[in-house]
Amino acid sequence: MTKLALRGVERRFGETLAVAGLDLDVRPGEFVSLLGPSGCGKTTTLRMIAGFIDPTAGSIVMDGRVLSSPSGSLPPERREMSMIFQSYAIWPNMTVAQNVAFGLELRKLPFDEVRRRVGEMLDVVHMSHLAERYPAELSGGQQQRVALARAIVIKPAVLLLDEPLSNLDANLREEMRFEIKRLHDEFRITTVYVTHDQAEAMVTSDRIAVMNHGRIEQVDDPHTLYTRPKTRFVAGFIGRSNFLDGTCNGAEIAFDAFAVARGAIVNGGALSGKVTFSVRPQSMRLKRAATPHAADRPQVEVKIVERAYLGEFWDYVVVPVAGRTRLRVTSPPLEVYQKGETAWLALDPEQMTPIV
Amino acid sequence: MSDDTLTIAGAPANGFLRRLDPSMVLWIVMIALLIFLVASPTVRLLISSFQEAETGRLTLENYRDAYFNWRHLAALGNSLELGVGVAILAGLFGVPIAWAISRTDMPLKGFVRIMVLGAFITPPYLGAIGWILLAGPNSGWLNKLWVALTGQAHGIFNVYSMPGLILVVAVTSFPYVFVFTNSALDLVSSEMEDAAQVLGAGKLRTVFRITLPLVFPAILGGLIISFLEAIALFGAPALIGLPARFNVVATQLWQFFEYPVRVEMAAAFAIPLLVITVLMFWLQRRILGRKGYAAVTGKGGERRMIALGAWRWVMLGYALFVCALSVMLPMTVLLQAAFAKAWGRGFSLDNLTLANFHYLLFEQTQAQSTIINTFVYAGATAFLAIALSLAIAYVVSRKLVPWSNVLAFLCVAPFVIPGIVLAIGFYAAYAPPPLALYGTGTILVLAFTTRFLPIAYTSSAASMRSINPEMEDAVRILGGGRLLAIRRVLAPLLKKSLAGAWILVFIPAARELSAAIFLVGPNSRVISVMLFDLSEEGNFEVLAALGTILLVVTLIIAAVGFRIIGRDFMLRRSTS
Repeated sequence: MTKLALRGVERRFGETLAVAGLDLDVRPGEFVSLLGPSGCGKTTTLRMIAGFIDPTAGSIVMDGRVLSSPSGSLPPERREMSMIFQSYAIWPNMTVAQNVAFGLELRKLPFDEVRRRVGEMLDVVHMSHLAERYPAELSGGQQQRVALARAIVIKPAVLLLDEPLSNLDANLREEMRFEIKRLHDEFRITTVYVTHDQAEAMVTSDRIAVMNHGRIEQVDDPHTLYTRPKTRFVAGFIGRSNFLDGTCNGAEIAFDAFAVARGAIVNGGALSGKVTFSVRPQSMRLKRAATPHAADRPQVEVKIVERAYLGEFWDYVVVPVAGRTRLRVTSPPLEVYQKGETAWLALDPEQMTPIV
Repeated sequence: MSDDTLTIAGAPANGFLRRLDPSMVLWIVMIALLIFLVASPTVRLLISSFQEAETGRLTLENYRDAYFNWRHLAALGNSLELGVGVAILAGLFGVPIAWAISRTDMPLKGFVRIMVLGAFITPPYLGAIGWILLAGPNSGWLNKLWVALTGQAHGIFNVYSMPGLILVVAVTSFPYVFVFTNSALDLVSSEMEDAAQVLGAGKLRTVFRITLPLVFPAILGGLIISFLEAIALFGAPALIGLPARFNVVATQLWQFFEYPVRVEMAAAFAIPLLVITVLMFWLQRRILGRKGYAAVTGKGGERRMIALGAWRWVMLGYALFVCALSVMLPMTVLLQAAFAKAWGRGFSLDNLTLANFHYLLFEQTQAQSTIINTFVYAGATAFLAIALSLAIAYVVSRKLVPWSNVLAFLCVAPFVIPGIVLAIGFYAAYAPPPLALYGTGTILVLAFTTRFLPIAYTSSAASMRSINPEMEDAVRILGGGRLLAIRRVLAPLLKKSLAGAWILVFIPAARELSAAIFLVGPNSRVISVMLFDLSEEGNFEVLAALGTILLVVTLIIAAVGFRIIGRDFMLRRSTS
């Protein structure tokens, strides 16, 4: 079942192609993030869904009804969506309660009903005590809560969020991530969330669409996205990764100074020729000595060339003694190696993901 | 709470796709109005200058008649002489005061600033009348003083001369040079000067080698504005030049409008004024826009005031001297005349009277309607100019129509059209049928609106930029249209700056003479025109009283502006 669908959506600004043929299906009640670096087209996509920008090709469909197409678009005010903006866009000339009531008044609800719903909504976002304040008297986090209340109170068909946390300081941002998650769990509003912060996307989303150069590189749930990235961009953008070049050679895939059995790798049989793998630093282990009888876990003798202690873990850069590939690997705080020391690196073929 | 999505009232569940916004109609009307106000009169002016009066056939005869005539050419020469003289004198007045206020520890800065603002607010023709009372041959106050002090038979000052006219215009237009120079100096960091002094330059050398050259483009910009103001001026040259038997372009143009009216010739004769203005503005833009002077950036760095020592009293003396010439002396004698039975009898209690005001406000019915007309027209002009410029600024900032930059250009274009030229354009375009607006209040309001549209547009566009478009997007995504967003969010947020813009338009519109003199009719007279008529009758006491009324209202409105948007709002460099 699909609530909102993007079909080959494209947007040009003059010569530049901001969004290059996007396909995306959002299920009812689903929380989908558009994640990508600045300039990847995610905000343009969101504003096309909202109706502020018309696509130059493709269409946007909600509940089977075409909202946007190059031949014409429903204006934003008729889409029954709501949106939270980067600047919050809380109207400074209205009180908190008036801000929240605005959308309800436009829907011609009776006065008492508006009051009741505004009161309930402000309770949900813990802002009841500030209902008569003006926005200038609120902190950034409180303004954010007003923006959430104002957007959710109308029970929108789709809720759109445009980098809503980017103007908050780090602690508040973390708190608000969970707040957004909580509100979504409570109201189950179909949500599209734009962010460049992977942690934000991972905390809040059911699925994440990673965007780059106006295209979606991969859409998956956060766990799959992290453990099974499909492209080099996704692997590098979500967390950190090592990129190892391997060559298929009979039953083996040969890497710099070691080899892995094809069978050990997920879908390894389907690979051919030269393949690049994403290997997360956490998926490998450094050990003082090689473990005997571990044929399924390739081990490589490596030399420590750089190290940094980050409190929660060690960050080592190692190079195989018999090779030249630099690898990052993380170790628990008590596993201390000196620079120049040699150690054994154990890889887990199941966590090695071929990428393009 | 119910689980269903709340639907928007009136929105059809299965509406067809529509791109056309209902607000589009409003934008189209506004754009049409803009073309009606700016493009049409300008084009008509150009066309008429090439047309034969009776038949409308194309001809070059108007140009021949306008320029193959010594009197006309002399007027052109006089205008240039006036412009250059005023620019030089305004520079001598404005630059030292701007430097003293921005960079030194001169005392009484606040007072001097207020005096400069006073000079800015004073209509040039009132300054001219003040100076007629001060330096009229024989009877002028300064001449009487001279005679009393030296015992000679005749005074030495004669305001009815080209130097007199230059002085009179310069004392009211030096604030332009002041504003440009002052705002540029405010951006020059003290470190620039420190760098020169570390290398061994003295204070004076630093000022002339570093500080002033840094702001030279701004000074030049101010001089150009003074020059353009001077050549476009009608009131002061008419009051002083006509008795002194010399013409400038503006007064010559006015004579073309005496019976028989020769609009086509006037149009031809107005073209050089337009061309010079356009060229000068282009020059000013180039000078101010030059990259080499990038030192004048927004980042001020640390700024310290230069300690002048005993010289600060000399500086203050000079500033007060300029203020005396521009505001204190002329306003004193003007007020004296306003409250005098006969101004020549001097400052004595038995000469005091309120009869002049009583006459204007209660006895002379025409004066009453003139006063009411003035403020009604100015108010209507301010409303119309702001409504139009706000709509256009909105269309431009949201790129609602293709070529929206052309609209922005049309809004600021009247800036380079001298008031008198604009008036001729309006006369040519809208005096004849079908509209036949000549002599109505409507044509005055429309002409004033066009004339002051650039002021309104600059303010509107700036305040529009200051508001995050997301404020409006938020309204729309919640179900409100553009017009609702404007009414409920944009307008309340812009209230304060629009009130400021209203005042900025109201003040010049209330005192505008050069555009009014050509378009005014018996029932649409305004104060400026009546002042001009009174001066021809030599009735200076009533004239001064009328001028006082105009000034008092202007001052009250300006004071309201202070309260709303801050002390310096009129002296900010808002143009260009």
